[in-house]
Amino acid sequence: MTRIFMILMAMALFIPTTASAFCGFYVAKADADLFNEASKVVMSREENRTVMTMANDFQGDVKDFAIVIPVPTVITKSQVNVADNTLIDHLDSYTAPRLVEYYDSDPCDQIYHSELMSQAAPVAMMKRADAENKAKALGVTIEEEYTVGEYDILVLSAKESDGLLKWLNSEQYKLPKGAEKVLGSYIKQNMKFFVAKVNLDNFEKSGFTYLRPLQVAYESEKFMLPIRLGTLNAKGPQDLLLFTLTKKGRVEPVNYRTTKIPTDDDIPLFVAKEFGEFYKAMFAKQVEKENMKTVMLEYAWDMAWCDPCAADPLSAEQLRKLGAWWLKETSPKPMPNARLIAPMPQAVDTFVTRMHVRYDATTFPEDIVLQVTEDRENFQGRYVMRHPWSGEASCEAATSYYKGLADRFEKEAKTLANLTGWDIADIRKKMEENGQSFDMKPTTDDTPWWEKMWNN
Amino acid sequence: MLKGLKAIGSDARHFQIMMLSSLLCLLLFLYDFAPAIEQIALIFTASLLTQFIFTQYFKLPVYDVRSPFITSLSLCLLFKGAALWLYPLAAVLAIGSKFLIRSDNKHIFNPANFGIVVLLLLFPNMVWVSPGQWGSALWLGFALAVFAALVLTKARRADMALMFMAFWMMFVFGRAFWLGDPISIPLLSIQSGALLIFAFFMISDPKSTPDHITGRALFAFAVAFMGYVMQYHLQIREGLFFALFFISITTPLIDTFLKSNRIQWRQL
Repeated sequence: MTRIFMILMAMALFIPTTASAFCGFYVAKADADLFNEASKVVMSREENRTVMTMANDFQGDVKDFAIVIPVPTVITKSQVNVADNTLIDHLDSYTAPRLVEYYDSDPCDQIYHSELMSQAAPVAMMKRADAENKAKALGVTIEEEYTVGEYDILVLSAKESDGLLKWLNSEQYKLPKGAEKVLGSYIKQNMKFFVAKVNLDNFEKSGFTYLRPLQVAYESEKFMLPIRLGTLNAKGPQDLLLFTLTKKGRVEPVNYRTTKIPTDDDIPLFVAKEFGEFYKAMFAKQVEKENMKTVMLEYAWDMAWCDPCAADPLSAEQLRKLGAWWLKETSPKPMPNARLIAPMPQAVDTFVTRMHVRYDATTFPEDIVLQVTEDRENFQGRYVMRHPWSGEASCEAATSYYKGLADRFEKEAKTLANLTGWDIADIRKKMEENGQSFDMKPTTDDTPWWEKMWNN
Repeated sequence: MLKGLKAIGSDARHFQIMMLSSLLCLLLFLYDFAPAIEQIALIFTASLLTQFIFTQYFKLPVYDVRSPFITSLSLCLLFKGAALWLYPLAAVLAIGSKFLIRSDNKHIFNPANFGIVVLLLLFPNMVWVSPGQWGSALWLGFALAVFAALVLTKARRADMALMFMAFWMMFVFGRAFWLGDPISIPLLSIQSGALLIFAFFMISDPKSTPDHITGRALFAFAVAFMGYVMQYHLQIREGLFFALFFISITTPLIDTFLKSNRIQWRQL
């Protein structure tokens, strides 16, 4: 019988310790040192309907939180929702790049090739009338005004960018330099502005210690992610994880190139201990290789199944909450042990795409314009560790097996060096320290067979 | 060597084949989302076979593989379908249109563009084009190579590509100026590889564009304008392909009013 186990690890997420928040852009009311670095957005798209869910990892004082997001249409109260944080986290871990682990079988055992997945565990506001009059005088129209959950929301339209800027400034939204031009461009494109602050009373009542994701649903032919305002107050490049849910297939940008993240490479065993570091280094290397001009595809998969699964697939209900309105409420829930048994296809008519973008105003000057394609080909970022056989082996096949190991380890070291840019000598050293000796010999066991038989 | 170069230079299509083949190699070996080998094989087989059948049917003196080669390469570079059978169908439609949809002894549509647009109209949920797949890294080398090729072969219709690009730039730079956007935004848009393939290998097809220079300028302007409106205002990603398709219908009309000498490949 083969003894091949497979362990799976979802990438440890590298959320920066500095404050960061929604994708669009947020501004501080106070002079707090805030800037966007990483953000997570889920967009569901079918026909002309878009649902955008924005994870909020704002870490400053909630009273300082404020955002301005350009939207294609006026958003009424019923089009806004405050979602549960766990939804995005779940989707994040389900789609995360993964590390899989295999154990070599006994070289003296003739069955080499069947691989059995036996275990898979994840490690892994002033008075309103006054405000309105003032707004009007500046050419700003308050189209909608309401409170949803812990957020006070305004939807604005404007005639001139300087009026909008003045109004926002008077409302103590501190706008970064260069915002006027960008706002002007959006105004001319007939975009509206979704502006939110935290309603402190509601926030206290909610009992939450963090701000929950905001969701907006709208109908528009425009399918894009506004990133321009966010690049204005960014110190250096920022990271964006964009998840999309569609009925048809993979989503891709039309104004930027998509590249696939390297996948299916065999890498040394010690990487298990530093998978997050490995992934960060590899991602940075890929970004550098593409001059920070491409969108990296990390995952594209039919939500009905996964192999290997980094987390349980999301249920139809969870997907609906994230904007997959086309799913019927009665869709079956995933099997409780989906990760333990080979996953069975479920009737979840949803395709998920995970894109990771590192960008700044120079390399990504334009908002990311997206399109839904009919491409349903599965793709995942998957890295493989192969443990050498550690048991007793004394046969002819074992000799050649051990001879081949050094080459295999060297290849793994080179692969890792190429992927991450790490020093190959350091890699070899770490491999030696972690049981991947370049001079492995067959282990012989001198215990008499009868002792082993009765375990005396 | 010199003789070889002369042979290549004797026909603009040889340069086109070389350029498009290099792009396909680049896609296959260096880029992601390249067409699959079976898709390429099906496109080529279907194009060459369709060309052969029509050559026999119309009793043409020569079975010329250059034109179906260019069409096949263009389809490999641009066309994406959700099912395998769509690929040969695109090729058959493309080559078929060349023989069957004619006016005044000239075909009306650029074959590859016809194949793409008809399938986009028939199967909107199965067909797409990825304008972003080329990125912007290649554009300078690509534009220079194409321009050099056009000049070297003295292709009379280089003007078509250049006029189209000029009008297109007028629209996208004009838009950026009106919106107050930084110059990097229209620059990004004109560096798109898909746009360059469209300009230098589709709209510049002398066999399906007006004969007279004024007609060609009108044609280039109309395609750029319609494509711009579709892409930027109606959010139709394949706007340019649709624009070329619909404006091509007017070519016989333009030719009626503006007469000029018909192009002959061999005389280039």
